[in-house]
Amino acid sequence: MVVIIAIIVFQFLLIRLAPGDPASVIAGQSGAADPLFMQQLREQFGLDRPLHEQLLIYLRDMLSLDLGFSHRQQQPVAQLIFERLPATLLLTGTAFLFAVSVGVALGVMAARRVGRAADSAITVLALTFYATPIFWVGLLLVLVFSVWLEWLPSFGMHTVGAELGGLARALDVAKHLVLPALTLGLFFLAIYARLARASMLEVADQDFVRTARAKGVPEGRIVRAHILRNALLPVITFAGIQAGQLVGGSILVETVFAWPGIGRLAFDALLARDYATLLGVFFCTAVMVVLFNLVTDLLYAVVDPRVEVA
Amino acid sequence: MITEAMLDRRTLLAGAAAAPVLMTAAEALAQGREPRRGGILNSIITPEPPLLVLGVNNQGPTLIVASKIYQGLLTVSPKLEPEPVLARSWARSEDGLTYTFSLERGVKWHDGRDFTAEDVIFSIMKFHMEVNPRARAILQRIDKAEAPDAHTVRFTLKAPFEPFLLIFDVTGCAIVPKHIYDGTDYRNNPANATPIGTGPFRLAEWQRGNFIRLVRNDAYWKPGQPYLDGITWRIVPDSQSRALALQTGQVQMTTSNDIEPFDVPRFQAQPNLEVRQDGWELFAPLSWIEINNRLDNLKDPRFRRAIAHAVDRNFIAQRLWFGIGKPATSPIASATRFHDPSVQMPAFNPREAIAILDGMGLRPNAQGIRASFKMMQLPYGEVWNRLSEYLRQALRQVGLEVTLESTDVAGWVRRLANWEFETTINFVYQWGDPTLGVERTYVTSNIQKVAFTNTAGYSNPEVDRLFEAARNAAQAEERRRLFSEVQKKLVEDMPLVWLMELSFPTIHDRRLRNVITTGTGVHKSFDDVFLAA
Repeated sequence: MVVIIAIIVFQFLLIRLAPGDPASVIAGQSGAADPLFMQQLREQFGLDRPLHEQLLIYLRDMLSLDLGFSHRQQQPVAQLIFERLPATLLLTGTAFLFAVSVGVALGVMAARRVGRAADSAITVLALTFYATPIFWVGLLLVLVFSVWLEWLPSFGMHTVGAELGGLARALDVAKHLVLPALTLGLFFLAIYARLARASMLEVADQDFVRTARAKGVPEGRIVRAHILRNALLPVITFAGIQAGQLVGGSILVETVFAWPGIGRLAFDALLARDYATLLGVFFCTAVMVVLFNLVTDLLYAVVDPRVEVA
Repeated sequence: MITEAMLDRRTLLAGAAAAPVLMTAAEALAQGREPRRGGILNSIITPEPPLLVLGVNNQGPTLIVASKIYQGLLTVSPKLEPEPVLARSWARSEDGLTYTFSLERGVKWHDGRDFTAEDVIFSIMKFHMEVNPRARAILQRIDKAEAPDAHTVRFTLKAPFEPFLLIFDVTGCAIVPKHIYDGTDYRNNPANATPIGTGPFRLAEWQRGNFIRLVRNDAYWKPGQPYLDGITWRIVPDSQSRALALQTGQVQMTTSNDIEPFDVPRFQAQPNLEVRQDGWELFAPLSWIEINNRLDNLKDPRFRRAIAHAVDRNFIAQRLWFGIGKPATSPIASATRFHDPSVQMPAFNPREAIAILDGMGLRPNAQGIRASFKMMQLPYGEVWNRLSEYLRQALRQVGLEVTLESTDVAGWVRRLANWEFETTINFVYQWGDPTLGVERTYVTSNIQKVAFTNTAGYSNPEVDRLFEAARNAAQAEERRRLFSEVQKKLVEDMPLVWLMELSFPTIHDRRLRNVITTGTGVHKSFDDVFLAA
C-alpha cells in the first residue's frame, strides 16, 4: 500500500516536470488564445490550485479507486482505459503467445540440430529480427502484404461501418491483427529462440540427461520431459518480466498500425499533458506488472514441482 | 483499381470524341458531373480531436470534422466574399453599423427541434462570447442583438467594423442549439459527447483512438442533400501509414497535415488521385522565423534584414515544401484582403547579408562565425525539422551560427508564451483580414505572455497607429491605403522574417467531386460532395 502511494506520488510529480501544461497544448493547437481563455482552461482543468492541493485531491480519488476525469477528452479516465485496454491485450497477448510458442519451438529445433544448416538458418533469422528496428519490420510487412499482395489491411482494428456480426467480425479483427501482432512478435520471437536454444544446450549436457539416455529412454521423451522442461525455467522468467512490459512496449506498433490501444492513449496523453489519463495508464500498467509476476510464480510451480507456491 | 479508373476515363474520352453530340443525363451522371447519391467517404484525421463541439474546441482537426455537424450563418468564397449557409441573405446598413441576416426556414437540429433566430443570438451573444477567444474579440463590438421574428437576426455594432462578416463561417462562429446549452456550463456539458448541429451529417459512433463515424442527416434542410451516406474519419497517427492508406485506396481523401510535403510528389504522379492546394484562403497561414526583439543583435533591424537576405525562400518553397504553398512577399499573405503586391521583402542575397553584418561591426572569428543564436524548432512534423536544418546551413553561409533546440508542442507553446526563446519558427492563420489575423502579431498593446500574441516583443508607435486606424476605418478603400503603409513599414523593420504562405495539400480520389469549392476548402459542410460512379 505504502509502495503504491509512493509510486503514485512519484509519478504525479514526475509528470509535472515536463514543460507546459494542457492549456498550452490546446492554445498551441487552436492557434489563438487570450489571457482569459488560458485562465478559463486552467480553472476547468483544476490547474489553478497549488500543486500539493492537486496531489491531495488526486490521492483521495485514487483511494476510492476513482482514476479521475480527463478534461481534455471529456470522459472519465477509467472509461478511456477500459475502452482501449482490450485492444492492447489482444495485440500483445497474440504477439506474446506467438513469440513464446514459435520462439521456443525454433530454439528447440536449433538446439537439436546444433551446428548444422538448420541451426545456422534459425540463428541468422532470429538475429536479423532482433537487430532490425521494430517499426521498420512493420513497414516492410505492410509493403509486402498490404501494398504488393493486397492481402491484409495496413492499419486499424476492424472495417468501419461494415456492420459485421459474430464470426465475420472476429475474422475481420483477426485479419487486421496479423500484421501488428507479427511485427511485435517477431522481435521477441528472436529472444525466445536464442534463449531456448542456449538453455536447451546447457541442460542437454547435464548428468541426468546422460542417465536417462543410458536407461534407454526414447529420444523424443528425453527432449520433452527431461531437457525442455528444465530448459523452460529461464524462458518463463524472461516471459514473466516481458509480459509486464508488453503493454507499454506496444506504443510503437500501435502507432504504425493505428491500433486503438492503451499505449497510444498514454503517448497522446503525454503529448497533450493530459495528466489524469497518463497517471491512470501508469497505474494500470503497474497493476499488470504485479499480476504477471504472480502468474509467473504460479507457472514455476507447474513446470518445476520443486518450486512450491507459498 | 488504378487501371480500372484509367480505362474508364479513356473509354469515356474515346466515346466522347467519336460521338460529339449533346450528352444525355445518364452520360453526365457517368462522367460525374451530375451528383450521385450514396457511398461512404473514408478519410483520415490527425491528431484525434478531443471533442467535437466547435467554440469549446477550435483545434485544426476539430474544425475539419465538426464543420460537417455544425454550420455557420455564412461561409466565404476563395476571394473571401461572403456566401450563404444558414443565412440565406444579409444586408449591411449605409453607416456600417447594422447587419441584418435572413435565416433559412425549415432547418432542424439533429434532435428534431426547430432552428430559430433565438439559437443564433444565443450562440453569438452568449456561447461564443464565453468560450471562444477568437470570436470574442470581434463579437464584443456588438452593441445589440435582436430577433424581429423567428427567421431574422439584427446586430447593431458600437462602431463600424468592416471585416465583421468574416467571423460567421462555421470555423469562427458555429451556431449551436440554445435548448441544449443555455444556462449550462458550456465546457463541461455532458451533451458535448453527442454534438447536435444543423449540418448534413451527424455523429453516429466515435471509438477513441480508432475512428469517428458520421452518417447522413436524412432530415437535412437542403432537399436531396447530402449525397454521401456518411463520412468515416480514421485516426492514423503515423505519417507513413497515412501515406500507405491513401496509396492503397483504403482512404479516399487526406487533408491538412496528413501527408508530409515530401510525399506529395508521388501522389501527384498517381493517376487516380487529385492533389489540390487551394481551399486555405480564409486561413492563409503565413510562416516566419520568430525573432525575440528584446535580445542583443536580434533587436537590431539590420541584423534581422541580414537574416532575411541569407534565406532563400524559393528554395524552401520548392525543395522543402515541393511547391505546396509559395514564398512570402509581405506580412500580409496574398490570399488575405489588402495584400499589397508592390511590397517586396529583401531578396535572397548572401553577399548583401554579409555586407550588412560587416557594417554592424560583426566580424568573423577564426571559425568564420560572426554571431550565434539559438533556434527552437517547431514540433509539428518532419518538414519543420528540415526547415530548421536548412536555415542553420543557410545562415552559416553568412557567418551566423544557429544552435537548434528541440521540444514538443506543450514545451514549445510554454516557451513561446513566456518569451523564453531567441528565435523559433511559427505560423499563424490570418483569417481573411489583417485586422483579424495579422495585427495581433505586431501591435504593442498585444505584447502578452500568451502564445500567438506579439511574443516577439516588437513595438513601433507608427505601426500601432496604422493598425488602429485600419481597424476603425469604415471604408475598404481607406483600409487598403493604411494596410499598404503598414506592410511597407513592417518590411522595413523586419520584426520577423516571413518565409512562406503555407498551404496544405488536399489529396483525394478523382471520383470524389466538389471537394474544394470555397475559401475554406475541406472545412465546408460537404453537403454537395459526392462520389461519382
